[in-house]
Amino acid sequence: MTTQTTQEWNFTAKDIATQPDLFLSGHRACAGCGPATVLRLIMKATRGPTIVTEATGCMEVVSSIYPYTSWNLPWLHTAFENAAANASGIDAALKAMSKKGKLKEHIDVIALAGDGGTYDIGLQALSGAVERGHDFLFVLYDNEGYMNTGIQRSGGTPLGAATTTTPAGKVIPGKLEKKKPITEIMLAHDMPYVATAIPYYWKDMLVKVRKGLEVEGPAFLHVFAPCPRGWRSEPGKTLEYSKLAVETCVFPVWEAVNGKRQLSTPSKLIALAPQKKRPVTDYLAGQGRFRHLFTPQNQHIIDEMQRLIDERWQKLTQKCEPA
Amino acid sequence: MKEPAKQETMALNGDEAVALAAKQCDVDVVAAYPITPQTIIVEKFSEYVANGEVQTEFICTESEHSAMTACLAASLTGARAFTASASAGLALMHEMLFVTSGCRAPVVMAVANRALSAPLNIHGDQSDSMAERDSGWVHIYVESSQEAYDSIIQAFKIAEDLNVSLPVIVGLDGFTLSHSLENVDVLSEDTVKQFIGERQLPTVVTHEGKTVPLKLDPENPMTMGPIAFPNYYFEFKRQQQEGMNNALRRIQEVNSEYAELSGRSYGNGLVDTYNLEDAEIAVVCVGSTCGTLKVVVDELRQEGVKAGLLRLRTFRPLPVEDLRKSLANVAAIAVMDKSMSFGGLGGAVFCEIRHALYDEKQHPPIVNYIYGLGGRDTRPSELRGVFEDLIGIAKTGRVEKQVNYLGLRE
Repeated sequence: MTTQTTQEWNFTAKDIATQPDLFLSGHRACAGCGPATVLRLIMKATRGPTIVTEATGCMEVVSSIYPYTSWNLPWLHTAFENAAANASGIDAALKAMSKKGKLKEHIDVIALAGDGGTYDIGLQALSGAVERGHDFLFVLYDNEGYMNTGIQRSGGTPLGAATTTTPAGKVIPGKLEKKKPITEIMLAHDMPYVATAIPYYWKDMLVKVRKGLEVEGPAFLHVFAPCPRGWRSEPGKTLEYSKLAVETCVFPVWEAVNGKRQLSTPSKLIALAPQKKRPVTDYLAGQGRFRHLFTPQNQHIIDEMQRLIDERWQKLTQKCEPA
Repeated sequence: MKEPAKQETMALNGDEAVALAAKQCDVDVVAAYPITPQTIIVEKFSEYVANGEVQTEFICTESEHSAMTACLAASLTGARAFTASASAGLALMHEMLFVTSGCRAPVVMAVANRALSAPLNIHGDQSDSMAERDSGWVHIYVESSQEAYDSIIQAFKIAEDLNVSLPVIVGLDGFTLSHSLENVDVLSEDTVKQFIGERQLPTVVTHEGKTVPLKLDPENPMTMGPIAFPNYYFEFKRQQQEGMNNALRRIQEVNSEYAELSGRSYGNGLVDTYNLEDAEIAVVCVGSTCGTLKVVVDELRQEGVKAGLLRLRTFRPLPVEDLRKSLANVAAIAVMDKSMSFGGLGGAVFCEIRHALYDEKQHPPIVNYIYGLGGRDTRPSELRGVFEDLIGIAKTGRVEKQVNYLGLRE
């Protein structure tokens, strides 16, 4: 597998405006939906004929209600745990037909899944497809919970968050477990391209989508996508929360090409000027899922969150190549 | 009848015969995961790939769930897809079997029938595919390795028929067929390719009024596998039943067309009868045990007993008319089941046969024998005992014990 990321991609607002929408309006996502914004934007970074496959989840459900569709490109959903296996089958079919001369042009394959379809039920299919080296870009839109079924905890739900299966009770104050480090797991697959992105820094996100498509072999993009319903946050603040996640180092942005990891600009600036790193409480405030933490008896959870963030941030900066 | 095409006799076990047939069918994608007693199929196919004998993309998936998913996705991308499984592997595919038939993807799968856990058992019975009888797949069960070879070829022609567009399972008894060497007459690759032809895709009319092939194609973007609410879901399911109805006819046609090509046919493709025309007592069975039953029928016939056999080759769609025609006039019927339906009234095949004959004016008494679970050997003497029971039942017209277990310590 070779990785060509030499070309410096740049997307401007004009590009976005002139590029036709491939994820169309009329879908039934909630007001302020982070994932819907992410999908609309990342489809602007496709580079030619593309097939999209998607796991069961919010974005699948809101976009494909028969007989309507929001997808202006070929799109397939089959089940929850198998977006990467769908991509494997599509990739193999395209290769077989190309060998037989039935297909003349290259077709990109994108697999989409939420955190449930990636961290939890979809991890096996994803790991298998990456190990086999299929040529596809897997985009994880992470809203940190099973929002489609009514806000249950997933392996991507952070410590302390209240969900309907980890409610803030009298004895147990929300989720007791840490968020699974999914990108570290994917990096450990020795895959050619792994990156994280947020919709606020949309140019950075689109460049990463394009790079992921250009790579021959599997690419993984982890996009942080706030969910106002599940997070009990204001719909108008979706992009702001994604930005706060970067500024507090809750969700640093970076990319790893052939295992060489570099912080992307917004996180790099914090690494260069640590005083810019904001406290986690700036990010937690206003999110209903963390409201129960702002009490004296739960202060230790916030402290633990801060400690975890600091620890993971420190480890990350050590693992990154110097700018 | 035309002279059959030239054929070569090869010593093959059932699995090898299946792999060879899949190779000759020029499949585009094979996605599979190893499981006994199916493994020889994927091993053999891997050899074809490694030696450059096929152009197939072979995906060694990390699970059967992904194997079926990949076959489905490949099929919807326009490819011809094949897989093989058994037992726990088939059970793991369960969810995707329904999605595959629901998406009307003509995937073909060989199932080397094997017992389900627990306790763990790798030997042959039909619990695995019988548990998938409502998954929307066409189910064909074979009696020999020869038939396994022939049926895989036929399966593509049935599955890909535009009026059927359903996936097909070809079941062959684990070990009894999958691992037993047999002389198999094989057609040339060209003959097979010509017989099944290139995969034809259904067409659909787009919103713009354009007629386009039904596949994932950037030229004609299409949304596949959508969510359908109560206002549409039901119609999708009814259409699947229509595909099954059409399969009933298509299986018979393909059986005849294949007979012309090869000189071999299996009854009318749906049911295969043996000495049934004038039979007074009859056994209904599925799969390889029918071979043993034929020997027993021959013995009894020599002794003057009018014994007959109906081999149910196609279990889904159920050939109700053929069952009624063939069985209504016998005096007593025994139905053999190589699987159990716990808490039900007998095994799956028994229920179907009894149900099919209910509306006949004179339905004969029907008795059920569960046999061979977990690979338990079924001897000719035991099968002879079944016929002897039937002689008694035919005389009295009464079934004392409806569900019986053959060769079981109790």
